[in-house]
Amino acid sequence: MIECSVAAFDFYNMSLTNEIIKQKLVEKFGESVTSFEEPYGLLSFEAPKDMNLKVMQFLYDDEQLQFRFLTDLCAVHYPDNKGRELAVVYMLHNLNNNIRLRFKVFTDVNQPDVFTASRLFESANWMERETYDFFGVNFVGHPNLKRILNVDEMDYFPLRKEYPLEDQTRVDKDDEMFGRGGTIV
Amino acid sequence: MIEEVGTTTEGDLVINVGPQHPATHGVLHLVITLNGETIKKVEPHLGYIHRSIEKMCESLTYRQFIYVTSRMDYLSAHINNHACALCVEKGLQVEVPQRAQYIRVIMDELTRIASHELWWGAMAMDLGAFTPFFHAFRERETINTIMEETCGARLTMNYMVPGGVMFDLHPDFQKKVKAFIQQYTSKINEYDELVTGNIIFQNRMKGIGYVTKEDAISYGCTGPVARGSGVASDIRKIAPYDVYDKVEFDEVLETGGDSFARYLVRVKEMQQSIRIIEQLIDNIPEGDFQAKTKAVLKLPKGEFYQRVETARGELGVYIISEGGTTPYRIKFRSPGFSNLSILDHMVRGHKIGDLVAAMGTLDLVIPDIDR
Repeated sequence: MIECSVAAFDFYNMSLTNEIIKQKLVEKFGESVTSFEEPYGLLSFEAPKDMNLKVMQFLYDDEQLQFRFLTDLCAVHYPDNKGRELAVVYMLHNLNNNIRLRFKVFTDVNQPDVFTASRLFESANWMERETYDFFGVNFVGHPNLKRILNVDEMDYFPLRKEYPLEDQTRVDKDDEMFGRGGTIV
Repeated sequence: MIEEVGTTTEGDLVINVGPQHPATHGVLHLVITLNGETIKKVEPHLGYIHRSIEKMCESLTYRQFIYVTSRMDYLSAHINNHACALCVEKGLQVEVPQRAQYIRVIMDELTRIASHELWWGAMAMDLGAFTPFFHAFRERETINTIMEETCGARLTMNYMVPGGVMFDLHPDFQKKVKAFIQQYTSKINEYDELVTGNIIFQNRMKGIGYVTKEDAISYGCTGPVARGSGVASDIRKIAPYDVYDKVEFDEVLETGGDSFARYLVRVKEMQQSIRIIEQLIDNIPEGDFQAKTKAVLKLPKGEFYQRVETARGELGVYIISEGGTTPYRIKFRSPGFSNLSILDHMVRGHKIGDLVAAMGTLDLVIPDIDR
């Protein structure tokens, strides 16, 4: 099924549209919010990393916007993007109008400090721990920023691109119990 | 983690539940701080079966990665595959044939019933009754047989592919599904007589694990956990995919917010699933079961997000493509992860014996949480 952005403009049922959200954001934050896109009807934009909380607070508090449901939070690593290696992606949902949006902040991989959203959304607590666990994004102000899925002793961030998956054809590893290497008697 | 166990300076007792414990239904480890019998704090330790499916998917093609997702939430295997297939189709701009859409929705709903059946039996078992488990598995077995005949597997099913479904339906499929509906409808009263109306179960579940509407939203709860607190968040209603916008069904909402409300949501949801299947099973259109796609799938550069309603809540698949045959980054938003995060909040102040009555209604599937 292909979602069409035109279908989202139902003037009778939906008081909130991507256009209105965009207008309100530009009105409030001016040129700080950039890269507006609407892939498959989902409003997507970018904000400076020190403004992520301000943007989220505005989206949360504004009477018309009311984005109070953080459904997803994750990071993406772009090693070639100098100074903007890590992207933190937020997915917000408005339960009154059932409209959602996505916004990103970019940060330097050498100083990956981003403000935590866990004061605003309880769900951000675990999702940020997961993001820290896999990408090493340091969420400033997080109450309990420690690894969640990996072991506590781990000293690297496995979903970053510099850690490739194991070569499937390697033969130096004694892995005979898993049908690879060694000799089967 | 073992060292943490003992008595704290305030005289509270710290104990482990799990990683191997029958009530956690998998390898979940809870470190519980107790004051006498009262729970002061619960800290879940996750990741015992973490496989880093997201990293694995980065090296698999768009046809291959779907099969890994059956191993995430193994009770909603079809629905996971459905989400991935929809997400890839969004990028490919493929129109899925009507027949495939009907088959997918029927399979989804059968999966949902099977998953809720297992939960229903296990929930009763957690609370100390073994008999309901057999009743639930009697019906679940019928669904498993239908699944086995249709796609060859009973648990980690792989049937949905980008563009449609893998094979056409088994010739007896409609007959068997109708027989199942009849079997289920004739037994539905038994469920209520055995558990729902039972005063012991009601007393153990009512008022336990209370979650307000605001908390459910703030913690990111979805599925029956959110709907038990009155949050209308059913993806099948708010963003219908495939033929969900053509069928009539009610989104089950309860306002109790306690374990019993979540229990009722799931039991009623099974009946709604039956209702959906009844509407579709006689009207499966003739035609192709799969759209024509290339052997090697390539997604255009861009970002694709698809969410579906699994038996546990909202599953989101987020694919970032750089234009190749494998995803650049893939993220699965698993419903169980967020649902589990509310556990500490909902059981604080309860007695230790009520922990299971509250945790059971979260319907945890650990591979879904750990990924």
